[in-house]
Order: sequence, then structure tokens, then C-alpha cells
Amino acid sequence: MQWEIVIGLETHAQLSTQSKIFSGAAIAYGAAPNTQACAVDLALPGVLPVFNRAAAEKAVKFGLAINARINRKSVFERKNYFYPDLPKGYQISQLELPIVAEGGTLRVQVSPASGQAYEKEVRITRAHLEEDAGKSLHEDFHGMTGIDLNRAGTPLLEIVTEPDMRSSAEAVAYAKSLHSLVRWIGICDGNMQEGSFRCDANVSVRPKGTDKLGTRCEIKNLNSFKFLEKAIDHEVQRQIDVIESGGRIVQETRLYDPDRDETRSMRSKEEANDYRYFPDPDLLPLVVDEAFIETARLTLPELPQAKRDRFVADYGLPVYDATILTASRDLSSYFEESAKTLAGDNKLVANWVIGELSATLNKEGKDIAESPIASAQFAGLMKRIQDGTISGKIAKEVFAAMWAGEGDADVIIEAKGLKQVSDSGAIEKIVDEVLAANPGMVAEFQSGKEKAFNALVGQTMKASKGKANPAQVNEILKKKLAG
Amino acid sequence: MIVGYFMSLTLADVKRIAYLARIEVSETEAEDYLRQLSGIFELVEQMQAVDTTGIEPMAHAQDVVLRLRPDSVSETDRRGDYQAVAPQTEAGLYLVPKVIE
Repeated sequence: MQWEIVIGLETHAQLSTQSKIFSGAAIAYGAAPNTQACAVDLALPGVLPVFNRAAAEKAVKFGLAINARINRKSVFERKNYFYPDLPKGYQISQLELPIVAEGGTLRVQVSPASGQAYEKEVRITRAHLEEDAGKSLHEDFHGMTGIDLNRAGTPLLEIVTEPDMRSSAEAVAYAKSLHSLVRWIGICDGNMQEGSFRCDANVSVRPKGTDKLGTRCEIKNLNSFKFLEKAIDHEVQRQIDVIESGGRIVQETRLYDPDRDETRSMRSKEEANDYRYFPDPDLLPLVVDEAFIETARLTLPELPQAKRDRFVADYGLPVYDATILTASRDLSSYFEESAKTLAGDNKLVANWVIGELSATLNKEGKDIAESPIASAQFAGLMKRIQDGTISGKIAKEVFAAMWAGEGDADVIIEAKGLKQVSDSGAIEKIVDEVLAANPGMVAEFQSGKEKAFNALVGQTMKASKGKANPAQVNEILKKKLAG
Repeated sequence: MIVGYFMSLTLADVKRIAYLARIEVSETEAEDYLRQLSGIFELVEQMQAVDTTGIEPMAHAQDVVLRLRPDSVSETDRRGDYQAVAPQTEAGLYLVPKVIE
């Protein structure tokens, strides 16, 4: 039977505030245990939550960025369960009235393992505010569990999609796109290793061509795109195997184990999920008025989608290039600043940002913001490629020197004598020498071996220490060999 | 979800609610609670008779809105004070009976 995969994602994005959602404790990562857990976070008797305005601002910014309806009035509720890393005995969350309501969408670029890349729209059902729990450390403390409540009360935005994704590739494309967006609009640092951005996947399968959703399993806490993909692929195969061998899928929560590349049952959902939600009497309804929303709108930067379209229209870039350049806000700014400074060949700038610059950043594990070459300097290098002062090959050498902090492109070209030789007299002289020194190659070429021509170009370039204008070398060689 | 509170609450419901809240109740206490809770539900049922068409439900008894606190760190580290009253701590952690999911 042909199976269709149905995936919905729930993502917890940690909001990049200074203080917690309901207390004035800090949320800096990596602090000594419990040094950022105040009386409210510890749920000492008599304490009351006081809501952090920035959490609402960031949630509203997100809602606006995905074009969702914003609930003018949203309500905090208590989700009741017992676990030691949740000292109150309930988590404050939103259920009936989340701050970000329906209507949001995210357009994502899907690149499947095989076949063409395509664009897809994923609907976002809702996004609600809630507090994070603390951390349990199960290493042996004389048979006891250690609790660190520094993370308790950290503001989270839980972003929930419709079951719109049909493959792990689509789920990963959505997660990457969402990850880029929350960083772009400055509401979450996106650090997956530190748990600032975590995904849960709801996965089910159904016979192709049917509408009814199959029973789903939820896979928890996938903190890398790689794990997200592998966990979904594994879970899909498990479900198909169960059904095809006559079994039935039980709705449950499963944990992905990256070491063994498998998911395993964590708890049965019917058993555990009676959270007895009710509006938290300690908190009044959260009301955001038009002025609040408009202020949030004004702080939104140009969004990735709009910027991508503008790069295509204004800079004449292919959609592919524009998509890569708008993967992060810093990268897009770098390109735009360089292109504006150069005011010439935009495609050349795009090629170099996507190529040499990104590759070097990647190799050194650096972010574009940490690039030792500023965009204005970068534009200086582009200028010398554009006006033919140096070839693309030499430009890589200049780029490396700039990266090493040896100065601007012009300084390096001058100091190292890298200027391209475009004087045809000088090139002819080198070509003559090369032809005289390589009679074997010349003979090969004349006996019909085309490859010998490239070898002669190579010899000429080598003899000129890479400085000869390659187009001219080609031309002169052809002429001489024909003559 | 437990449904049908308003029709009739059973002894099993009371025990389940007590279990979910981790409250230990004896058989006699459970019967007492069943009576008391049923009384409350009857009251709620009377209120259900009022026509509330077109009235926006309230999430809080007072018709006021949430105060918004500026985002700044106002708490200092008082771990020593808090841990002085904790039953058991080690390496800055609160120790609790072992929990395994």
C-alpha cells in the first residue's frame, strides 16, 4: 500500500528577554544552579506572578510577522501536573485564548533528498505564551534527583502548526524557516544546543488518497534539524510496519534516542493527559490594544520573504541566490551593503558572498557578524574583479590576505604585485616562451588533442604567476597555434 | 476530560480527582466529598439556567486587565537563604526523591 505521511510541529522558542516571564530573576544561560531562581520561581508560599511586558511584545511581533490574528485579550491558565522541576504543581500556559490566534502562515523552501526543490505554505494554528520548567539531574546524588530551577519561569512561545507537512524534508524546511524568522525579528536567539529552540513532531500515516487522519504519536524534544529528520523517518517506518503487520497505532508520546536512531514510548497519552486546565486566578487577562500592536509593528524589520522578493526585483538576482542571501538578517545586510557600495555587478557580489565568503565563514565556524572583512572592504575587492585589475583566481588570494587582516584589497594587490597583466604585448611574450618550452604539447594539439590546449593555458597562467588575463591568454594562444 | 459533572458525580470521579491532585482520601472522606461536591455542582446547575446569550465569558472575577512589568532583572541571588530551609541540597541543587520518567 502507498502511505501518506502527515506531520504537524510544535516548537518552543525561548523569548530573548532579560528577566523571566513572571518574576524579576535573570535568565542568563549557564549560571550556577539555582542562583537565578527567586521566591516566585521556587513557588514559596504567598508569592504572586507579575507578567513581563517584553514577552507580550515579542509574541505580538511574531504574530504580525506571520500575518496571524492577534487576540486583543488572551488568558493564562494553569496546566496541572506533578514533577519536581515544576514546584508550583502547575505550569502557567495559555489554552483557550492564546495571544497569537489563527491565520498565520510561513512559506518555506523544500529541498527533498531527490527531485526538484519547491515552495510550500505551512499554516500556523496558534502561538501561546508559557513558562519553562526547571531541570532534573538524574546523576547519582545518593539515589536522589538534583533540581536546578534556573530555567523555571523562562518565557517560551509555543508555536503550533496545522498537520500540513508531508515528509521529513518539509518538516525540516519549516523548522529551518521558523528558526530563521524568530532570529530575524529578534525574539529568540535560536541557540539549539542551549535549548532555546526545540521541536516536538506529531507524526501519523494514512493510506494515500484518504482524508481521515491516522492516530498520531508525538516525538519530544528534538533539538537539531538532523534529529528532527531522522526521528520522523524512523517513526514513519515504525508506524507503517505496525499497521502492515496487522497492528494498531496507540496515541502516545515517544522519545527519540539519537545514539540508537530509534524512538521509544515515553508515556501513554490517554493515561497522563488530564491536566485540568483552568484560568489562573493569580493573573488577569492580558490585553493588548491597537497602540501596543502598532508599536510592535514599527519595530519589525523588513521580513525575509519581502527582502527576498526585493533582491530579485531590485538587484536582478535569481530566486535561488536571493533565498540563500536572506537566510539570515546579517547575511542579507552584508550583501546589500556590499552591492550598494560597489554599485555594479550584483551577481558578482552574490556569487562571492554565497561562495568564498560563506565557505570561509563555515570553515572557521564563524557567523557573518564576526567576519574580519567588513562589507565596504569586501566591495573594494569586488571592484577590482569587476574592473579587471585581478582575475577571480587571484581574487581568492587577495581575499585570504584580507581575511588574515593584511589590509584592503588595493593595498594587498599593490604590495604583492598581483595586478592582472592585460597588456597583450606582455602576454604574447609569455605565450611565445611557453610555446617554445613545450613543443610536445604543441605537437599534441596539432595532432588534434584538444586537451593539450588547456594544458598550454595552464602553463601560460603559471608562467605569469596567475596574473595574466585568462581571456586574453586564450585568445592569443588560439591565434598563435592557428598561425 | 471528565464530563458529566452536572448530571452526576460518582465516587470513582472523586477518587480520580483526588489521585490527580495527589490527595489521599479515605473511603468515608471520599463519600463526604462526593456529597459536598455534588452540592456545589447543583448550585452551578442552577446558575446554568440563566440565559447568558451574547455575554462575553470572563476569565477572572474582576473586570480589570493584567499589569505589564518592564523587562528588567530585579532579583538578586539569594540561593543561600532559600537553601537554608530546604530539606536537602548538594552542589547548589535541591535534592528530591528519585524520579524516573
